[in-house]
Amino acid sequence: MHLLVIETPEIASKVRPGQFVIVRANDEGERIPLSVADWDAQKGTITIVFMEVGASTGALACLKEGDSVATCVGPLGNETEIGNFGTVMCIGGCYGIGSMYPVIKELKEAGNKIITVLEARSNYLIYWTDRFVPLSNRIFNITRDGSQGFKGHVSRLPDIINGLLTPPDRIIVNGCTFLMANVSEVTKNLGIKTVVNLNPIMIDGTGMCGVCRVTVGGKMKFACVDGPEFDGHEVDWKEFLARRKAYLDEEALFFRRSEPKPIIHEGGKCQV
Amino acid sequence: MNEEKTEKASKIDLNRNDMPRQSPEIRRHNFNEVALGYTEEIAVKEAKRCLQCKKPRCKTGCPVEIDIPDFISCIVKRDFAAGIKKLKEKNCLPAVCGRVCPQETQCESQCILLNKKGEIAIGRLERFLADWEAKQGIMDIPPKAKPTGKKIAIVGSGPAGITVAGDLILLGHEVTIFEALHKAGGVLVYGIPEFRLPKAIVAREVDYVKKLGAKVFTDYVVGKTRSIDELLKEFDAVFVGTGAGLPWFMDIPGENLNGVYSANEYLTRMNLMQGYRYPMSSTPVKKHLKVAVVGGGNVAMDSARTALRMGAAESRIIYRRSHAELPARLEESENAEEEGVIFNVLTLPVRYIGDENGWLKEIECLRMELGEPDASGRRAPIEIPNSNFRMQMDAVVCAIGNSPNPLVPSTTPGLETTRRGTLVADPETGKTTKDRVWAGGDIVTGAATVILAMGAGRKAARSMHEYLMTGK
Repeated sequence: MHLLVIETPEIASKVRPGQFVIVRANDEGERIPLSVADWDAQKGTITIVFMEVGASTGALACLKEGDSVATCVGPLGNETEIGNFGTVMCIGGCYGIGSMYPVIKELKEAGNKIITVLEARSNYLIYWTDRFVPLSNRIFNITRDGSQGFKGHVSRLPDIINGLLTPPDRIIVNGCTFLMANVSEVTKNLGIKTVVNLNPIMIDGTGMCGVCRVTVGGKMKFACVDGPEFDGHEVDWKEFLARRKAYLDEEALFFRRSEPKPIIHEGGKCQV
Repeated sequence: MNEEKTEKASKIDLNRNDMPRQSPEIRRHNFNEVALGYTEEIAVKEAKRCLQCKKPRCKTGCPVEIDIPDFISCIVKRDFAAGIKKLKEKNCLPAVCGRVCPQETQCESQCILLNKKGEIAIGRLERFLADWEAKQGIMDIPPKAKPTGKKIAIVGSGPAGITVAGDLILLGHEVTIFEALHKAGGVLVYGIPEFRLPKAIVAREVDYVKKLGAKVFTDYVVGKTRSIDELLKEFDAVFVGTGAGLPWFMDIPGENLNGVYSANEYLTRMNLMQGYRYPMSSTPVKKHLKVAVVGGGNVAMDSARTALRMGAAESRIIYRRSHAELPARLEESENAEEEGVIFNVLTLPVRYIGDENGWLKEIECLRMELGEPDASGRRAPIEIPNSNFRMQMDAVVCAIGNSPNPLVPSTTPGLETTRRGTLVADPETGKTTKDRVWAGGDIVTGAATVILAMGAGRKAARSMHEYLMTGK
């Protein structure tokens, strides 16, 4: 997991919760969409949290302080719907913990009660708890290995919801496809409106290429311009997951042919 | 008298000179340009055939009214520098237009020699002059008018935007271009493949407007990073040339399977993202053995020919009308056929069938026949009932067209659109329904050609200049 602060004053003054930017690490780089986790309009910076999964995120991870990225364009997509919904459960998983932060901040300001759920493989992948504490009425953690909070994964969610006095009025999920799909499945049975922030493969991010298409409520939508937020109960998750995986073989090829990289993580800490 | 006439007629050389090309067997395996261009000798020979009509009809066939006989006579005199200068008076993108303009329906279709099937190869001569200039390694920067102090924002760096930029900058205005992608050039860069329009040529044309003094901001999405209204606070006038960037699909089952692409995606991956160099470049591309391209236009031909070059053993065009109705340039469909693209005309895909992992496996089609002419004047394709059949395919590229990109219209109050989503603009001036905003190219006309976009840009530039100088 990596945190990247990019100086880009115009985007920093424009970006809203739920929006994303498209970044290219270098001139040969792939264009990848990344959610914005925080920004400072005064300093003109935006903050991104991302997970290293392949060639392009790997190149981003190797950047050092003061380096430039070839592309950072945005803010793209529509912003999260902010309103007074009552109690909102905000679930952030892995890199989605970061992008949940501005959403929670604004929902809190709008008068909502916030129940924060942070999900990750292990406790060292949970971050920004100090930011969430003052904004949340309750905080729950779920870790795969049980090193913090509930042990397991999103299947523990009903336990959390059942433990509350009243179920939340709305659930917002940011994170990997697995997390969003599973939360949607769980909450569908509970009848709680669930908003997901989709993260498909994209190229231009302006509606031009259509690679990010997704079936929502039986209709074809482009996540970049119609989304990225959709009703999780309406998304065709099987199709979405298959489209996300389209280039898995090619990513594997990258790992096979790439030079061994310097160790940038040790003991859960970034060494760069 | 009669005898004299026959003698003169016999002197007319009707042998249109072919342009050297890479042979089909070779070129279907590489991304280098297919057409190699005239040599000096061939160019002069071709130019000499021009009758230098007193009332040149070719000029009326050109959307930007190039003085065609004049530049051709420069070639005859081997004064190529003068020729390119003449050309550039009316066309700031000759190397591009010489390659991708449909001359056969424009200037060349008006040539007096057409009746005798010996029309002058105007496009090839245009290309020759532009390439000659490039080879000299110099770029003639024409003098600019005195600075007017007026600032203009241009949204989109495709053919329309570049034309407006070139024209207005020469008139002394300060020009800034905003481009959403990371490379300037619009469809010339992301859409048209290297083998038809080398990217170095586009880069050179963009460089030309930059040398003239235009500022170019890439990675800048107007409508998102900044709105038109915000631009109007800083700039005196805005030109919108954002093109036709929202791909159509057919709304048939299976279109979201992996292996089904929009032509925009397929071509952008290969061109802008340099997928043809993968894995040297990092945007991944799939190896597909059997590729079907749905559609019959130039974009469809580009996609089918790209598929061959990417190693497809079988590349097909699936088109619902007959061969005669193919909207692609004849030259392009012929090139495709020579290279081995298979044409399945009178065929309509009705369903895409996937495997258990969500990858395309087969496409189901219907056979069609032609009925009475429809609104477009072409004979309408009619489904033949129960003619369904299937083809095994591992990729489909949907090249059936684009709607205008809605990003700017949807974020700009006061900018009216038509039912088709195009911007409402005066065809003569490019003026939109919003004060100080002009538009041109595909965003106004719907998907059309490079030269029409340039023509619209030229008209808008004229109108913008008039407004900036007189306030009208």
